[in-house]
Amino acid sequence: MPKSTTPSPHLVSAQDTWDAPAGLSVEDVTLRFGGIKALSGVTFSAQPGSITAVIGPNGAGKTSVFNCISGFYRPSSGRIMLDGQDVTRLRPPRRATLGMARSFQNIALFRGMTVLDNIKLGRHGHMKTNLLQAFFYAGPAAREEEALRREVEERIIDFLEIDHIRNMPVSVLSYGLQKRVELARALAMRPRILLLDEPVAGMNREETEDMARFILDVKEEWGVTILMVEHDMGLVMDISDHVTVLNFGQVIASGKPAEVQADPQVAAAYLGSGDPAALMKRLAAEGAT
Amino acid sequence: MIIGTAKESYRADEALLTTQPQRVWMAIFLAALVALPFALNDYWLYLACLVAINVTAATGLNILTGFTGLVSLGHAAFMAVGAYTVAWAETRLGTPFFINLIAGGLVAAAFGILVGLPSLRVKGLYLAIATIAASFILHFCFIHFDGITGGATGINVPPLSIFGIELATYFRLYWVIMPITAVMVLGAANLFRTRIGRAFIAIRDRDISAEVLGIPLLRYKLMSFSIASFYAGMAGGLWAYFFRVVTPESFPLLTSIFLLAAIIVGGMGAIIGGIAGAIFMTLAPELLRFGMEWISPLVPNAGALLSPVRTVVFGALIVGFLIFEPQGLAEIIQRIRRYFRLWPFRT
Ligand SMILES: Nc1ncnc2c1ncn2[C@@H]1O[C@H](COP(=O)(O)OP(=O)(O)OP(=O)(O)O)[C@@H](O)[C@H]1O
Ligand SMILES: [Mg+2]
Repeated sequence: MPKSTTPSPHLVSAQDTWDAPAGLSVEDVTLRFGGIKALSGVTFSAQPGSITAVIGPNGAGKTSVFNCISGFYRPSSGRIMLDGQDVTRLRPPRRATLGMARSFQNIALFRGMTVLDNIKLGRHGHMKTNLLQAFFYAGPAAREEEALRREVEERIIDFLEIDHIRNMPVSVLSYGLQKRVELARALAMRPRILLLDEPVAGMNREETEDMARFILDVKEEWGVTILMVEHDMGLVMDISDHVTVLNFGQVIASGKPAEVQADPQVAAAYLGSGDPAALMKRLAAEGAT
Repeated sequence: MIIGTAKESYRADEALLTTQPQRVWMAIFLAALVALPFALNDYWLYLACLVAINVTAATGLNILTGFTGLVSLGHAAFMAVGAYTVAWAETRLGTPFFINLIAGGLVAAAFGILVGLPSLRVKGLYLAIATIAASFILHFCFIHFDGITGGATGINVPPLSIFGIELATYFRLYWVIMPITAVMVLGAANLFRTRIGRAFIAIRDRDISAEVLGIPLLRYKLMSFSIASFYAGMAGGLWAYFFRVVTPESFPLLTSIFLLAAIIVGGMGAIIGGIAGAIFMTLAPELLRFGMEWISPLVPNAGALLSPVRTVVFGALIVGFLIFEPQGLAEIIQRIRRYFRLWPFRT
């Protein structure tokens, strides 16, 4: 494959052809598993075109919120609104076609497939090839596959710098690269909002920095709203516009990174019954890096 | 390779055969298929046609079980539906061959959708049992709806004729059966170049994340069932023209198991697996029989002794594959290809 050194075309054209970023609001969502309340009255929102981080200690309910948003869990009460449309009752595939994409905490790639095929799958919902066209690989099917290949190659693979692995099965890739491929697959969905569940978990410093750069680029150049769960406070403080803190299934704080950082309740939640001042100092130190 | 414009390069990247040696080998293979009927005697032509029919059926099952991960033990029943549809249309309506055959496929596909309905809820063994149950129900219908199916005696099918030309010999039938098989296999290969085939594989590997990507599970599982049944129906229809009689016993449960064994031996989730498996399962018993005939003068009382040995060897071969080559013949073919790489067309 020839590899150009000039800037990729997506820099100029991303905004014109892709849909505008979507806003999301979670309204008073309660989720029960039997007797356990995993979420109670959770309310927060993600503004279009911003990065919102959801943080909280282990088991706080962050992944559960994501599962409600993407449609795996049906909340016991409350609503999920995507750009003003109530999507609470929609099945996951429908939410995907409305522009919602996500990655998983424990990577959910198709392990037997190549990187390229994994990424192509992201485009599924937007493609039109029907069975008969597929069988004969007739005109529209061939054209669609070719256009998809071009988009994946020129916009996504180049952008995420995964040219060298495009034909490898994902099962042989390092953890950090798999996370990147999962981001690539989500981007292939042409999302309007992207949900990332711990995008840098288990990554080394360099991989984390790369990922932070990609997330910022996705927000700024691709115009995608980002909602992410992350434990890496440095990353959260660095790149997010808004932070929501969950603890025991409840929102205990919400605001700008600096405000949340200064909230004694947040520090207490992280430390349990420790010294909030000490933790705040640590948080501040990490935020600065 | 020198790449002209970017446009051409992506098209070439998405081609079915991407390298020159692949294209040359394919051309040789197709030429061999054309030459075959002139080289074979009637008995081997009969086997060649049977292999082709089984390739179509096995490829269909491979789409469902190998690529979509839905186990079915009812595939033979869909062949029966296709065969009965063809026999009925041929004898009652007298419609042309090709229409009958497509109708056989479509009717089988409709049944496939019905039988596939439980697949959203049940998987694995449970789904296998559900498909067996469905095939028993169909078997009951074949016997008792004798107004349509001719009951236990079944339906006799007149010889296949196209444009007034009667195709009663194996030589002539080959020219109908083999091209149709080739198109069916090509269609299956094409399917997996598009979003539909990718969706099937996604469902097999991880149905939860398939949903997040916008793949509606039920619709695609039913689509896979209907495609697989369409293939079975087409194969059954060809079978009806080939054997010229369809009875309730034409497609026993054993045929379903035979086809499942074929894709396991051949390689699940690889188009070439369905082909290799069907060839192996159809021809291995015959080759073993020749082997036995060859050594029989050396063994006293050969007739009684060797026939069970043949069955045992065949069984052992299948078990051997399961143990030593779980990826099937497709993997062996891959390895041979890797070994020769671009040989002999480039070094
Ligand atoms: N399917 C389920 N069935 C029962 N309980 C569940 C289920 N999913 C989550 N929970 C419970 O809900 C609570 C919140 O879990 P969740 O996975 O959302 O936490 P989290 O904030 O993502 O934690 P982590 O940081 O460890 O990923 C936990 O107590 C968990 O045990
Ligand atoms: Mg979690």
